[in-house]
Amino acid sequence: MSNAEIIGQDPGWVIALKGVLIFAVCVFLTIMSVWGERRLVARMQQRSGPNRVGKFGLLQALVDGVKLALKEDLIPKSADRIVFVIAPIISTTACFMAFAVIPLTGPVNFFGHETVMQMTDLSVGVLYVLAIASVGVYGIVLAGWSSGSTYPLLGGLRSSAQVISYEIAMGLSLVAVFIYAGSMSTSEIVAAQDQWWYAVILFPSFVIYAISMVGETNRAPFDLAEAEGELVGGFHTEYSSLKFALFFLSEYVNIIAVSALATTLFLGGYRALPGLGFTEQWLGGWFTLVWFFIKVLGFFFVFVWLRGTLPRLRYDQFMKFGWKVLIPFSLAWILVVSTLRVMSQKEAPPALIATFIFSIALIYVAVATLLDRRKVAKEKVARNINSLEPDFPVPAIPNTRVEQING
Amino acid sequence: MINFALDIGTTAAPESYLFYVLAPLSVLAAMGMLLVKKAVHSALLLAWVMVTLAIFYIAQEALFLGIVQIVVYTGAVMMLFLFILMLVGVDTSDSLVETIKGLRAISIVAAVGFGGLLVTLISRATFGRDVVGLSEVNEQGNALGIAELLFTRYVFAFEVISALLITAAVGAMVLAHSQKTRSQFAQRDLSIARFRKGELKDAAGLPSSGVYALHNAVDVPALLPTGNPAPTSISAVLEARGDMIESTNFQLKEEAEEDK
Repeated sequence: MSNAEIIGQDPGWVIALKGVLIFAVCVFLTIMSVWGERRLVARMQQRSGPNRVGKFGLLQALVDGVKLALKEDLIPKSADRIVFVIAPIISTTACFMAFAVIPLTGPVNFFGHETVMQMTDLSVGVLYVLAIASVGVYGIVLAGWSSGSTYPLLGGLRSSAQVISYEIAMGLSLVAVFIYAGSMSTSEIVAAQDQWWYAVILFPSFVIYAISMVGETNRAPFDLAEAEGELVGGFHTEYSSLKFALFFLSEYVNIIAVSALATTLFLGGYRALPGLGFTEQWLGGWFTLVWFFIKVLGFFFVFVWLRGTLPRLRYDQFMKFGWKVLIPFSLAWILVVSTLRVMSQKEAPPALIATFIFSIALIYVAVATLLDRRKVAKEKVARNINSLEPDFPVPAIPNTRVEQING
Repeated sequence: MINFALDIGTTAAPESYLFYVLAPLSVLAAMGMLLVKKAVHSALLLAWVMVTLAIFYIAQEALFLGIVQIVVYTGAVMMLFLFILMLVGVDTSDSLVETIKGLRAISIVAAVGFGGLLVTLISRATFGRDVVGLSEVNEQGNALGIAELLFTRYVFAFEVISALLITAAVGAMVLAHSQKTRSQFAQRDLSIARFRKGELKDAAGLPSSGVYALHNAVDVPALLPTGNPAPTSISAVLEARGDMIESTNFQLKEEAEEDK
């Protein structure tokens, strides 16, 4: 029985309870991930991180939440009041809605009722997540615009340009998954990965998705939208109190959401690691939830790791990377994948498939070498220019130590 | 897939509730789009209308169309539109002066007429007729049905349209692109220009504004070694606007002066 059929039989109370549970899990995970991120980043920077409130500082995020709620709620005089209030609500609502189609477990016993922990199973579930993400951008853009101030506007425009550009690369990376799974439904994609994870057979797609999901969530090293050195706080500069808390919440829920989607599409969703398939039956199926969250938290750890390791990209480099590297590469990759898929479906001779793969690899090596050579040639030219003497007066370089000290 | 429209022909109860809640909202938003004064508010209301339309599509078994409507129209088209509105700065209210006399009356009549035409045509085509064939086309799922039509029967039209759209996009880019005849005057050029001026007085850039114990904002000039304020250390705009503060206010006073 497919997930859609199982969900179709849910009575009202099960649906309502599942909704509440998924929402609660999201909020709880967000709170704990704020704590986790601060601790992890601190460890990476040779610090301790929050360790005062509760054991290991576990209650820190809760206390921060209370602090945020008790702060004064300011609305700037030049702000557009209605839009200013709506923006954080749009942001938060959108990021929670993405969880509706993510299957968190396999079939489980839910208070005596056989069901799966998934709100609904749309036949175009993954597209639905993309659609919701594109609505979520409105929150950021409107927050930037309605603040009536320059830095938020710049931050809002930057982040929406960023999200829209990286959404294209993300959508293209998903095409290969759709082709192999033969479906756009999240549960069927998970079911199609019972033998091999798509992160293995569609490795380039996985890499593209992983890069663009960091761009999509405005996280380091792609956090140009809130580059504190340039834009104060970016789109949420003018926000305080609970409205800021909503943006904060939506950022972390978004991270968990894209990680959950990545888990579903590329890491076999709630399925156990290879060789541990027997654990899927433990606790009446509920153990799959553990597998799911282990994978999601693995992604979250990578997010934190990136933040702790990489410096922020410059805006033009970032856009160039998205449009001139990620998108052409994923287009070429889709071409390769669909050719291979048609070949295997039409049962082409293995020799033909091998020749095809070999020639693709050859073309790739040739293109990469050509690009590399051009880069080297460019660097040579640049070195030549730099070594020339400038044709305008410059102060003489002091020769002796005494001259250097005395100027 | 969940069947939102349960019985074809008669509207199922959940779908009709959805319709009665969302339809007035979407009509109100559409009216508001015409009536509100700020261009950004109009754009937002239009986005809302598109989202409600997408929900209606989904409720009427066109799941793929509904989702794509949100991705393409709400997500991409409206977002770009909003972008331009914000960049161009059309957040001031529209002027409501009639430039051509009687234009408002004519346009209202034309709009009502066109609306009436549409309503009568569509109602003649739909009311009192049974909906047929929906379950057949959706038999293999909505997305599959559309894909099959697009890539078999309408593949030529589909490709022509995509070629047309790409041509339009490239054309817009060509028209909007201005060829740069000389390179941008960047930081490097600026620094070269400073050195070429002959004397090297300004080679290191202009002095920064004053830093005092009581004040270190950009509106107070720095002091020269002679004790006079340095005129080049603050922006000419601030000076012209009268936002400059005299640096004498923050200077160290003589002891005798302080004692008084």
